[in-house]
Amino acid sequence: MKKTGPVVFGFLIGVLMLLHHFTPSSWIGDRYNNVLDWKQVVFGITLILGVISLFTYHWKKIERRAEGWGYSVITVAGLIFMIAVALIFTPERGPYPWMFDHVQAPMQATMFALLAFYVASASYRAFRARNFHAALLLTAGVIVMLGRVSLGELIGIDSVSTWILDFPNTAAKRGVMIGVGLGMTATAIKIITGIERTYLGKGA
Amino acid sequence: MISAWLTEERLGRTLLAAGQLPWRALAVGMILAVAVGAGMSPAPAAAQATSAESPPVHPTGEAALAPPGDETLGDSRVSGAQEADAVSDPAALVEPEILAEEVADQAEEDARFAWLQPVSGWFTPARFPTAVATLLFGITLLVLITRARGGRDLYIRRIAGLEAVDEAVGRATEMGRPILYSPGLDPMEEVATVASINILGQVARKAAAYETRLIMPNRDPIVMTVSQEVVREAFTEAGRPDLYDPNDIYYTTQSQFGYAAAVCGTMMRERPAANFFIGHFYAESLILAETGNATGAIQIAGTDSDSQLPFFICACDYTLIGEELYAGSVYLSREPLLLGALKGQDVAKVGILAILILWTILSFLGIDIRSWLG
Repeated sequence: MKKTGPVVFGFLIGVLMLLHHFTPSSWIGDRYNNVLDWKQVVFGITLILGVISLFTYHWKKIERRAEGWGYSVITVAGLIFMIAVALIFTPERGPYPWMFDHVQAPMQATMFALLAFYVASASYRAFRARNFHAALLLTAGVIVMLGRVSLGELIGIDSVSTWILDFPNTAAKRGVMIGVGLGMTATAIKIITGIERTYLGKGA
Repeated sequence: MISAWLTEERLGRTLLAAGQLPWRALAVGMILAVAVGAGMSPAPAAAQATSAESPPVHPTGEAALAPPGDETLGDSRVSGAQEADAVSDPAALVEPEILAEEVADQAEEDARFAWLQPVSGWFTPARFPTAVATLLFGITLLVLITRARGGRDLYIRRIAGLEAVDEAVGRATEMGRPILYSPGLDPMEEVATVASINILGQVARKAAAYETRLIMPNRDPIVMTVSQEVVREAFTEAGRPDLYDPNDIYYTTQSQFGYAAAVCGTMMRERPAANFFIGHFYAESLILAETGNATGAIQIAGTDSDSQLPFFICACDYTLIGEELYAGSVYLSREPLLLGALKGQDVAKVGILAILILWTILSFLGIDIRSWLG
């Protein structure tokens, strides 16, 4: 029952979701919305588990004085502080939105900005012309990059850049997407029919 | 007694429930109700007030709210609700002459206009090709799975990224460092995340066999809970449940770049010898892969996000491209039934390729096949 129950439940929910895609029936639509509502309930409960997990993980690090435990102190303090100000002042006013706008948003922007440097370092490694494929990638990359700026238009390379993006690039992307689509469908069918049970353990 | 039970409102609802009768049939029903109502007591005032205040009721008893995107059904429901309101209006029932006049007017209107009656369907015709393709693909999969069950040997090409899983786990074991596994940012209902969790089960089994620690920061709490169960199961199956620590599979944050910062921090502090980035990733992919590269870890990535694939290819040692992500658990487990399904994907790809080539040739010949398909 421990193994059969989830498989039967997965089959029923999977078939319901599949039917909802193909039928405008209000009965199936209502059941579909029920499943989505239940997902929100499950998410809410697991979010509590998540916060407990986060707290326990960092609390243990602080207790053990593990490497970088100071960061854990800041994490735990931030977690408690944000919960407290949200409960006292509500999330719409007071320190909560201020902390969000002036602490969290700039930190997120900082992480995103780091991407520019990582792109540079990754491009440097990728464009080292060690073999034919790397040389081909370097050539295509240089043409596309030049074609995207004014200089490319000046030297007449912009049309080549557009051609590379529209034809070889699009063809490769579509090839990948066809494979992805088939893979997704096959995985979904395997799970709905109970053939794929790896997520339940090998003995399932 | 029957007349006490058969109030006007109940009679109207009964007539509606008898098959969403059109307006004229409803009018006849109302006249009948008037005829019956001459000998019965009027509906209780409270019940009538409730009827007037409560939301319109669908003939099947459901509230008259159409699900999103279901306009056809929505129109039908509103029409039924309006009719129900008309029936429950006592003023309309006491004057049969007025009703007869209205019926006559309606008949005149009907003669002048062609009325369109919305009908709720059971199938969306626009999705017929998708339904046929899904059915054909499903049958192909089941046929090949049956063949695989019969013991027929199926050839599966070598996938370097999956062959390297043993190497990565072995390296972490030799160096005495942990393994880091990231399932991506998508929630549990996304197929890429399900595929990632399937691969996680295999990786966790190997990690347990080699007695190597597995760290897994999560962005989604449902994914975290499922992952904890999968890893616990894998460690138990490997005979080392004592090595499983639920604190190693932990929740970080819902924030995209907050998650990236948490994973990067873990990589810099814990120095895992092997990093797995398997699932659906967004702009944080390169931040994770480059940080992992800086720590000198062996990195295996896999994603179905075509926009992030170049970043992983640049910064990781091995990358599972698109469909290889979905083949991962099959390839690692070598379960005969699952291998049949993998073969089914290849057959479908051949079919799609044949259609593409055929359409290309027809296009060159100036034949527009879309006009044939309507």
